[in-house]
Amino acid sequence: MLVGIAFVISVGSFYLIHLLPGDPATVILGTGATPDAKAALYKLLGLNKPIYLQYFTWISNVLRGHLGTSFISQTSVAQTIRLAFPIDLEMIVLSQILAFGAAIPAAMKAAKKPDGWVDRTLSAGSFTLLSVPPFIIIVLLVLLVAIKWNIPHTGPSSYVGLGSDWITNIESLALPSFTLAIASFVIYFRVLRSDLIATLQEEFITMARSKGISQRRIMWRHAFRPSSVALLGTAGVNIGGLLAGGFVVQYLLAIPGLGYTLITAINMSDYLLVQGIVLIVSISVVVINFIFDFIIYLVDPRISRD
Amino acid sequence: MTNTFEETAVFEKPETKEPLGILFWICVGWIGLNLLGAIFANVLPLTDPLFENYNAINAGPSLHHFFGTDDLGRDIFARVIFGSRVSISVGLGAMLIGFGIGGPLGMLTAYRRGRFDTAVTTVMYVFLAFPAIIATIAILSFWTPRALFKIILVIGLASVPLVYRVIRTATMNIATKDYVIAAKVQGATDRRILFKELLPNVAPIGISFLLIGIASVITLEGALAFLGLSVNPPTPSWGNMINESRTVMAQNPWLVIFPSLALCLFLLCLNFIGDRLRNYYDVTEVKL
Repeated sequence: MLVGIAFVISVGSFYLIHLLPGDPATVILGTGATPDAKAALYKLLGLNKPIYLQYFTWISNVLRGHLGTSFISQTSVAQTIRLAFPIDLEMIVLSQILAFGAAIPAAMKAAKKPDGWVDRTLSAGSFTLLSVPPFIIIVLLVLLVAIKWNIPHTGPSSYVGLGSDWITNIESLALPSFTLAIASFVIYFRVLRSDLIATLQEEFITMARSKGISQRRIMWRHAFRPSSVALLGTAGVNIGGLLAGGFVVQYLLAIPGLGYTLITAINMSDYLLVQGIVLIVSISVVVINFIFDFIIYLVDPRISRD
Repeated sequence: MTNTFEETAVFEKPETKEPLGILFWICVGWIGLNLLGAIFANVLPLTDPLFENYNAINAGPSLHHFFGTDDLGRDIFARVIFGSRVSISVGLGAMLIGFGIGGPLGMLTAYRRGRFDTAVTTVMYVFLAFPAIIATIAILSFWTPRALFKIILVIGLASVPLVYRVIRTATMNIATKDYVIAAKVQGATDRRILFKELLPNVAPIGISFLLIGIASVITLEGALAFLGLSVNPPTPSWGNMINESRTVMAQNPWLVIFPSLALCLFLLCLNFIGDRLRNYYDVTEVKL
């Protein structure tokens, strides 16, 4: 299955260029390309050969780690991706720590007394936040934190690499991580809350209660595990989405992750870089989903993996 | 696969149906008002959204300009109303394509089952694995010049597998119900079962998903506008207004507040209506 999907993705990324109108060489190199460059590209991609042979040329290069060299910046595409990827990873990890850290206790509090005031407030709040797109949250946060409060390293293009100074690094990733965390929190809270409410009505919970087990222990030991299956499934889809969808916050703050690199590559018509990022991100999304399916299987072995 | 949790959390049926409530109708009214504004924007007594009045730059809200003016002296109120046209037409248009293809296909395969169903479902699930956002960005970025119909077409096609999955799951739940089987036993034609038995019961699920889908597409259009992949300025859209306002945010916060508010309220109403309808019809929670 995984191999099949990876195959379809590779074909998809490859055919991207053939879906577009015009000569592929012109699309890749731009209209002002020299005949020499065009000839080199034709040779590299084998554009004069039949289409399935072109695919094989390209895929065998990709499998050996050669994603090509950008014609715009003259740097290796694989190298560019290798530099950008850890930034996305760090941002996602930070945002997920925040999101889970807030969503799990909040959902438990809400599920303890469904329709109580805590539940109502949290549900209404999360529902409202659901309708605020991340790009509005990040704009407002920058307005408030970076401009009004003037906190250093939080404004646009102030990203500091992990290597130099980790406190400044976290500061510079605080706003985007927080923004992504809000979006994730809303989803996790809603999913976990409704599942916890359903689980807490089960007979084994009544049984545990009648045995005199403390509320806290029931919540964490008995109710949380069976309720976390949907949460994990959602998290897998959501994290994959963050990898693909974190581009707006990165773009706005000029954080040189994959999203930002993708958009700048698009603006400069750096075709090979776009193709490479599309390929890598798509495959990562599939792998992340696969990993989460496996975690779900560990948490609840009754669910077979298809 | 990723879809092990499709049918989660089925709540017990309430004894009596809870009324839809006043908030629901307020939301419906707001959406209606927005639609009317978008359709009749040309006829309404509004300032030209592209007219640059250099005597009133970055003005605050006043009687002349309800929402103030932007850094080029354009009326924000008029731009917000004209901007709704882009967002609403992308939302409706894309979902029309998604439901037009995914809906009938999902119902048909769920009802007929067999080899046809297996084939279509496999193809759709493989497409679902491909991150639609990345594909959308990649195609739109190289498909120049940008135009509204291209955005609608690309997002619409990208949404087909998702719609297909929801409608197919919903139809399958209903197709196994006793009354459908009874109709079959009585010798009703396929056509009659599809239109008279299945469609009325799948429709509420479809409509609530449609509303939430429109909200997601509008959000996506906003994100695309931020990346400069939506309609070209100076044509206003909620997304590109918020994007343009970033540079003058400190001097003129109205410029970011009003389009954001318009966008968020619209999304909130869509989500709320969709959510209420889903509860009202007591739909099995189909994961979106």
